[in-house]
Amino acid sequence: MITRRQFLKTGLAGGVLLNVAACTRPSENGGRTAILSALIPVVLAGALPAQASAAEPLIVRTIGGIEKTIAGLSLPAQSEIGELFDLLAFAPTRILAAGLWSPWPDATPEALAAFLESWRHSRFDLLKSGYAALHDIIFGAWYAHPDSWEAIGYPGPPEVS
Amino acid sequence: MRDPFREGLAAGWQYIDASELTADKELEADVVVVCSGAGGGVTAELLTRAGLKVLIIEEGPLRTTRDFQMKEAEAYPQLYQESASRKTADKAINILQGRCVGGSTTVNWTSSFRTPPTTLNWWQSAHGLKSLSVEAMAPWFLMMERRLNVSRWSHDPNENNAALARGATKLGIPIEVIPRNVKACWNLGYCGMGCPTNAKQSMLLTTIPNSLFLGAMLVSRLRAERLEISGNQIKSLKCVALKVDGLNTSGINVTVRARHFVLAGGAINSPAMLLRSKAPDPHSLLGKRTFLHPTLVSSGLFEQAINGYSGAPQSVYSDHFLDNVAVNGPLGFKLEVPPLHPVLFSTTLQGFGGAHAKLMKNFANSQTILALVRDGFHPQSTGGQVRLRSDGSALLDYKLNDTYWEAARRALLAMAEIQFAAGAKWVTPVHEASAGYNTWAEAKKGLADLPLEPLLCRVVSAHVMGGCGMSNAPERGVVSDTGRHFQIDNLSVHDGSVFPTSIGANPQLSIYGLIARNATELAKTLTRQAKAVNLQ
Repeated sequence: MITRRQFLKTGLAGGVLLNVAACTRPSENGGRTAILSALIPVVLAGALPAQASAAEPLIVRTIGGIEKTIAGLSLPAQSEIGELFDLLAFAPTRILAAGLWSPWPDATPEALAAFLESWRHSRFDLLKSGYAALHDIIFGAWYAHPDSWEAIGYPGPPEVS
Repeated sequence: MRDPFREGLAAGWQYIDASELTADKELEADVVVVCSGAGGGVTAELLTRAGLKVLIIEEGPLRTTRDFQMKEAEAYPQLYQESASRKTADKAINILQGRCVGGSTTVNWTSSFRTPPTTLNWWQSAHGLKSLSVEAMAPWFLMMERRLNVSRWSHDPNENNAALARGATKLGIPIEVIPRNVKACWNLGYCGMGCPTNAKQSMLLTTIPNSLFLGAMLVSRLRAERLEISGNQIKSLKCVALKVDGLNTSGINVTVRARHFVLAGGAINSPAMLLRSKAPDPHSLLGKRTFLHPTLVSSGLFEQAINGYSGAPQSVYSDHFLDNVAVNGPLGFKLEVPPLHPVLFSTTLQGFGGAHAKLMKNFANSQTILALVRDGFHPQSTGGQVRLRSDGSALLDYKLNDTYWEAARRALLAMAEIQFAAGAKWVTPVHEASAGYNTWAEAKKGLADLPLEPLLCRVVSAHVMGGCGMSNAPERGVVSDTGRHFQIDNLSVHDGSVFPTSIGANPQLSIYGLIARNATELAKTLTRQAKAVNLQ
């Protein structure tokens, strides 16, 4: 069986994967909600409450923030983000490019963290920039929200009357 | 708090929000100024004062004093290019640029430096710009310093700046105070989200209001798409209105006719506009030599609170590492600090999960230094290139090469040493492979071996320069030293895109001064032409 690493070494990563994924655009917002629901607890570990019931509404809120962020990006950037999520949502490219065998809702935190680390340190710029995009939209949405500020000792903007 | 711009609109200034247009429109003026940032603002004021009828076109929205709520979630999408996430083509450099009335001057951190003598001297000797001597430029800088109330910051620096000063001083590295364009500043620290107290003397508060007061017209949310060029003349400017979202076009077209056209969209948008318009480029120079001051970031943790979100964002700097190298030798860098706010800080910091959360828990005790690398002087530092996406939008290619990374390593070392000298307990470069260092000795050893590559080492920019470089001859530049396009008679470029290298300092005052000179010259030429026509 071909492993992710072998596949990437063949040099077929990047454009081809994106094209394959783009041709098979999945339902609704490119499967974003499922992917983000899986990734947010891993990316925000240590910032989110440990208890799942307490974390759940905050994950939903963060996804809302991310959707708003994406909607405010330039049209070319929105389409690139769309391609990234297509790649992650389509099972064959998810397995090949992200090394994730389980569908997003079933992936373990360890497998998700391993995926993020592998992209973060990938030798392919495309994957590194994919990691950076996920990093930026998730942290951006989280720390934009005033409820996240107390934990980091940020008092919020001062009053100006 | 007063909102002087809204008061002016209520008093009848000529202003159109193009997203509200319901039918195609034609507009006419003596001069159309495309974009309302540093170059556009100064040009509009000086031309209007000379009695010319000026029309200012801005793609971004009009946001004024009372809209500035100091919230990142609102400011970045509303006031910045691409929601403050504009990037180079390979995504390795994040670029902060304004996109609103006032352009970057509405959101910059107010640092106001004259073009350094080293830079002007280099332009004279290497780029044939004989007339741009330190002496010849001095009165123009002085004029703009007076106009925009530029003076050295007289209050204490905030702790983020003070730590840079303290660490550097301990190491014998000279530190200077930054001149800022503010009046009665409240020292809040939110300049990057639009000034809520009318202190920052941005174009939004100075030249644009004065132009409108004197009869100019402003149109916001109007994208200047393409110049219609016939031979050596521009016939008209084709614009498209944006919807309220500021992203999608509404389908309404606006055609602008004028005697003279001034591009002032900055070093990414102005070259892109000329590329879209298929402007003559006989020497294949357009969009090339784009410079960024590609900037490295080093973050340190302190025992005491730093509160980098509070107080004037930039008040001290050091040019030691610019001055200790030859201008065209190994790349030098300027040291400054950035304001620290939760979104900008958390998205810039490396890593995720527990490691990232730990860094964020220490947000209030974090101190950050920036090293702005001076690009465009060394023979191997040739900058980037602006090209067009298939939809006509601008994209910047900028390759970070070995010449750059050699300087980056020196910069990361210098910043870490200063932070430890200032009392940091822990320092990390913003770099995906760094777990940080507990002592200067550790950092010195670690940084020597750290792999420096795009997307691994974080590089940012808030200064875009070049792409329509000026020169004394058409073979070497897109425009003359007065900003006149070499091939098109009724076109000037009045922004940072005309710089033939980077500046080696935050560029706003360099733009103000040069454009004050060039707009004054243009006003003379155009009013003389008008008189000649009237006499015939």
